[in-house]
Amino acid sequence: MQKIGVFVCHCGTNIAATVDVKAVAEALGHEPGVVISRDYQYMCSESGQNLVKNAIKEHKLTGIVVCSCSPRMHENTFRKAAASVGLNPYLVEIANIREQCSWIHKDIATATEKAIILGKAAVAKVHLNAPLTAGESPVAKRALVIGGGIAGIQTALDIAEAGFDVDIVEKNPTIGGKMAQIDKTFPTLDCAACILTPKMVEASQNEHITIHSFSEVTDVKGFVGNFTVTIKKKARYVDETKCTGCGLCTEKCPMKKVPNEFNMGLDNRTAIYIPFAQAVPKVATIDPNYCMMLKNGKCGVCSKVCSVGAIDYKQEDRFIEQKYGAIVVATGFNPINLDKYDEFAYNQCPDVVTSLELERLMNAAGPNGGTLLRPSDKTHPHKIVFVQCVGSRCDDSKGKPYCSKICCMYTAKHAMLIREKYPDTEVYVFYIDVRTPGKNFDEFYRRAVEQYNVHYIKGMVGKVTPRSDGKIEVQASDLLADEQLHIDADLVVLAAAIEPDKTARPLATMLTTQMDTNDFFTEAHPKLRPVESATAGIFLSGACQGPKDIPETVAQASAAAAKAIGLLVKNSITCNPCVAHSDELMCNGCSSCEKVCPYGAITYIDKEFRMPDRTTAVRRVASVNPAVCQGCGACTVACPSGAMDLNGFSNSQIMAEVDAICK
Amino acid sequence: MQEAMINRAKQLLADGTVNRVIGWKRGEFAYDITPAVFDSADELDSDFVFDDFTAANVSKYLVKESKKEGKVLAFLKPCDTYSFNQLVKEHRVVRENVYIIGIPGGPKLDAEKIKAKGITGILGVKNENYTLKIDTVYGEETMPFYEAVLDKCASCKSKKHVVYDELMGDEGDVLDSDRFDMVEKLENMTAQERYDFWREQLSKCIRCNACRNVCPACTCEKCVFDNPASGVENKAPADSFEENMFHIIRAFHVAGRCTDCGECSRVCPQNIPLHLLNRKFIKDINELYGNYQAGEDTTSRAPLNDYRQDDCEAGIVHERGVE
Repeated sequence: MQKIGVFVCHCGTNIAATVDVKAVAEALGHEPGVVISRDYQYMCSESGQNLVKNAIKEHKLTGIVVCSCSPRMHENTFRKAAASVGLNPYLVEIANIREQCSWIHKDIATATEKAIILGKAAVAKVHLNAPLTAGESPVAKRALVIGGGIAGIQTALDIAEAGFDVDIVEKNPTIGGKMAQIDKTFPTLDCAACILTPKMVEASQNEHITIHSFSEVTDVKGFVGNFTVTIKKKARYVDETKCTGCGLCTEKCPMKKVPNEFNMGLDNRTAIYIPFAQAVPKVATIDPNYCMMLKNGKCGVCSKVCSVGAIDYKQEDRFIEQKYGAIVVATGFNPINLDKYDEFAYNQCPDVVTSLELERLMNAAGPNGGTLLRPSDKTHPHKIVFVQCVGSRCDDSKGKPYCSKICCMYTAKHAMLIREKYPDTEVYVFYIDVRTPGKNFDEFYRRAVEQYNVHYIKGMVGKVTPRSDGKIEVQASDLLADEQLHIDADLVVLAAAIEPDKTARPLATMLTTQMDTNDFFTEAHPKLRPVESATAGIFLSGACQGPKDIPETVAQASAAAAKAIGLLVKNSITCNPCVAHSDELMCNGCSSCEKVCPYGAITYIDKEFRMPDRTTAVRRVASVNPAVCQGCGACTVACPSGAMDLNGFSNSQIMAEVDAICK
Repeated sequence: MQEAMINRAKQLLADGTVNRVIGWKRGEFAYDITPAVFDSADELDSDFVFDDFTAANVSKYLVKESKKEGKVLAFLKPCDTYSFNQLVKEHRVVRENVYIIGIPGGPKLDAEKIKAKGITGILGVKNENYTLKIDTVYGEETMPFYEAVLDKCASCKSKKHVVYDELMGDEGDVLDSDRFDMVEKLENMTAQERYDFWREQLSKCIRCNACRNVCPACTCEKCVFDNPASGVENKAPADSFEENMFHIIRAFHVAGRCTDCGECSRVCPQNIPLHLLNRKFIKDINELYGNYQAGEDTTSRAPLNDYRQDDCEAGIVHERGVE
């Protein structure tokens, strides 16, 4: 005979303001099997938990239902409370009457009725709950960091500092990411390379860090503590172990007309190249799209000049497999493509550039050796217009709904640097709002306005028209003065919105992590768990989680590292006992479950069965590896015969819940 | 054709390629053709039938037959080959144990349509220039051939054999059929009209389970409808809800696996157009995930147990449900 206790939480006024908690406790008290039904102001408090514990002891309860907040909040609290008085923690059910009820309804009658129904469903389910015991699985003492920008580098350094091995997988030939392309950093105006490159070198020299540059993650299997990751090391046609980075090949390569992506295509590089002087690893890479030897077998100059014989035209993609305990995603961002912004003439005029392009134009290692010249005619621009929020804070489908966060500050930086170095240059900044919260940020912006006399104009640029005389006509409105402006500019700089790197979405699928509608990774909790993904063992670092500047990125990178270290120091972790299992007598061996399993937990075996009349038959049946299964339940829905079932969420339990709701 | 089939079957039995043959034999009536297994040349000579009433799909029988000793010869019509492939894909039949001879498909005849013309006592039929000459105990009757064709043959999807070891007769093509016309008509109804249509149809169901038993996609070791633990096993329709749900659950269970062989509707003694439920699923799958024909091959990933980046979001169900 079941003896079930029901405990209805007020959650202060969170629940009690919209749900008549007394009525809920009263109604659920009449459900079959329920022997005690109580309400309390804060069930999660010490005294609330004691109420639950005492009831379990006093009434010898066989199962409890707590009507409270989402199980993501306090399921563990109540499971522990139950376990402390000898009730198996998996005999605890949570009916979510807060997030899914009181918070979304305004009418007390409706909300109360729904809370009762949710409670009934939980009671119906707890009748069928079975005690479960969690096992343990070991933790692989190695971390993977996906992305080698400043976020990935910082995370890797911190994890390595704690004594754990870390691998960085970077898709480009060098680590460094966007920060390596940036000229100066706000609000201190120190040189980005000067503070980044020592970290890059530190990463390459750290004995715990392995850098897989020019590599991609192609497959992720397993679960927290036990990920098995396949990394594709793309063919760079140069033996990394032999190349000394002397650069002779890049000097001699006859194919010199390859757009240089490091300089945003503003100048050219050779087909064999080292992205920039401080690249890590400092190893040449051959671009197969341009190399004449790889395209038509004619050339071979680099191979001839290489004194260490590092060139290998026959190199192929290599795949390596490695076990990791934790994975940190640090895939970063990119400026959006501006094809849809014809009004700014980005595709028509070389002197309309993005802010990242401007960084390269101003950088000493950039196409002009650090002198700011117009890309079209290499003359000094005397009038520069900055356009803010190009694609940010958009309410149409062209752009992004969010604020890209970094543009206000870097534009103030650009404006200030230009006014400092070229005082005869007039600088205009068109903005919707100037957003500069952050330590020393608003002071920085005010300096641009007050000390450097940058013309900040509230209003948007309507149209940018390149003219035949080389000038660029900018039509804009000044909202404060309420007038139309026509500016003959020499250079227009667009603060393009930033978006997550395109590799993030397929990666999220591999990692079974969640993303928001803008493809930023979703954190486990926006306030309380900002660097963890909802998938155990996967952590988030940097702009892949949302727009961030460098100080924030580094802070989050270290936080993600701390979380990863917290996992790696454990020798074993408790497994989830709510895993799938197949009823072999019913299994058809059709493979549907194996195909939908995102964790690769299901394999098929040929097994001998005793059949009627003393015969035996060999049948193909599904077998679940409980250490790998994460209990997502995909297999149970895919199984046509209902042979697959999930502990804690069995088909019959779900049917019982549905029946209770529909009654 | 029947003669040629018997001769080839006898050859394959004699040379040891196969040790038995799955084909058809006559039941009590001329139009009552049922699948049967033949072990010898004599049996083939006396009982093997292949005529205009031979519509039954034998693929499902191979689930058991292909697991026995030795090889079995199966004559498969184009539509049957799709079912066979689907079963291979689901590891339900052992391909190596079956020798397949592809034979021409229909159109096959529906005895019920002949009877509906008031023609009874049918002894045999002959197709002469698309006029059906029916020999009955009361003398000869005639009717236009196409008026007697099975619905599933009238909207045939393919004359192509997707799997075979040898072919008898010419190979055909995938057809551009009108099989989704009726589904479209149902889609264009209001929710109430559609509900009324299905209530009328499904209320005829006597839960004889013929549709399930004939369905080549229904080959579970233990059907959920026979499993007391499943909660849906009740044999008789306890109420109208269950009556409706039986067919809807069944359609869900075979979704993405149904090859549209049409056997469910062919065998339904109450003439419920069950294939329409399956075709609705097929049409939806085609529209949501791109054209997919179950059983066309044995290796592709079925849309319903595959995930792709560009798959529609679950919200599509709501969006499409809005009237």
